[in-house]
Amino acid sequence: MYPSRFRYESPATLDEAIALLRSGGVDAKVLAGGQSLIPMMKLRFASPALLVDINNIPGLDYHRAEADGTYRIGALCRHADLEKSTTLAADQPTMAAAAPLVADPIVRTRGTFVGSVCHADPQGDWASVMVALDGSIVAQGPGGRRSVKVDEFVAGPFQTVLATDEIAVEAVIPAASGTRAGGYLKLERRVGDFATAGVAVALELSNGSVSKAGIGLTGVGASTINATDAAAALVGSDLGDDAIERAATLAAGVSQPRSDHRGSADYKRHVIATFVTRILDNVRRNQTTAPKAA
Amino acid sequence: MTSLFEEVAPSSGDDVPVRRVEVTINGQRRAADIEPRLLLAHLLRNGFRLTGTHTGCDTTNCGACTVLFDGQPVKSCTMFAVQADGHEVMTVEGMATASELHPIQEGFKDEHGLQCGFCTPGMMLSAKALLDENPNPTEDEVRWALSGNLCRCTGYQNIVKAVLWAAEKLREGEVQ
Repeated sequence: MYPSRFRYESPATLDEAIALLRSGGVDAKVLAGGQSLIPMMKLRFASPALLVDINNIPGLDYHRAEADGTYRIGALCRHADLEKSTTLAADQPTMAAAAPLVADPIVRTRGTFVGSVCHADPQGDWASVMVALDGSIVAQGPGGRRSVKVDEFVAGPFQTVLATDEIAVEAVIPAASGTRAGGYLKLERRVGDFATAGVAVALELSNGSVSKAGIGLTGVGASTINATDAAAALVGSDLGDDAIERAATLAAGVSQPRSDHRGSADYKRHVIATFVTRILDNVRRNQTTAPKAA
Repeated sequence: MTSLFEEVAPSSGDDVPVRRVEVTINGQRRAADIEPRLLLAHLLRNGFRLTGTHTGCDTTNCGACTVLFDGQPVKSCTMFAVQADGHEVMTVEGMATASELHPIQEGFKDEHGLQCGFCTPGMMLSAKALLDENPNPTEDEVRWALSGNLCRCTGYQNIVKAVLWAAEKLREGEVQ
């Protein structure tokens, strides 16, 4: 299978890339990891006339915590970079849990975190993680940079608010005031299949209780779902059984799964509740076994 | 030098955009003039006649087309050949020397890690990427590393055995 014919450019700077995108208008597309775009081009779901390959732009492959705790992921940070990171588990437990579950190991060496968020597939794992962590995407265009919360960034299935001459240059996760905890669970029929359902939970804990919470749901709606009520039910709690059950019920209630060959809507709602419970129970157990923070 | 491939670009001489790429394949520098939409898998197979790289599903699922790109496993059906310009690619043809199989190949032979053989090149390159990074993997780690490569014959048991066999052999340093 071949994509339709396109012009290929591989600029060495972001400014050049943005100028190229500007010249290409709606028919131009950014190529990063290409693990969603290239299959879509081969199937002719996408037929850009101009492909702007950003892989030769230096300095975009980072993932790091700033001194103030802000976490930044560059546009060319691959899933495998995160999976193999030695610092991620301590800095971002929810991301560390999701990294090995994205696609399959070969796709992970090439696909990028930011590209996955930009693809805005409701089945995408990283968008749920971003929702749970209240993350933003930084878009750079001819007029400079702007930061957009992931909730607003994703405008619908496979749609974002990126302008045709903007590039998503990094993802930013705000600093935590408490101790981070959380997890990501995904049910898939086999590695690399789309998620039947997935749940991202990100918590901040202070003195044994939850000071901040976020829950994102994968694959159970037309977009990633931000389960705000379920998350709110956890804030102020010490993750007791009642709080966990309430969060699980609320998360399942806000999901909008459809029955398909991966399972019935009821089944998927049940999976959501089970995953929320499992992640929170796991956090609670780790907390009681870990030495108390001063 | 390899020129445009008929199946991708008709030789009508219209304004087909053509790019010169230079790729180091299995240690050898090769050049080709290609259309940007040519996939890496097809540059290897049709352009350079390295048909050890198989194309199975052509939809980024099966991993039969896996090659090492700068040492990392990639699905060569899901990369444009033009993106390999200036990079290093290793295919299954690069594993054995003139006289000796690579220990991973030997492992697949000795442990019956293949039946029809279609997935085997991809399996072996994913295995190589694993063993390059982790010379002493557990069975779980082998299964995890190969989880992007599908096999319809073996049930994976002997493939996993083959990789563990190779890991041991490489650790013993009997074959470099």
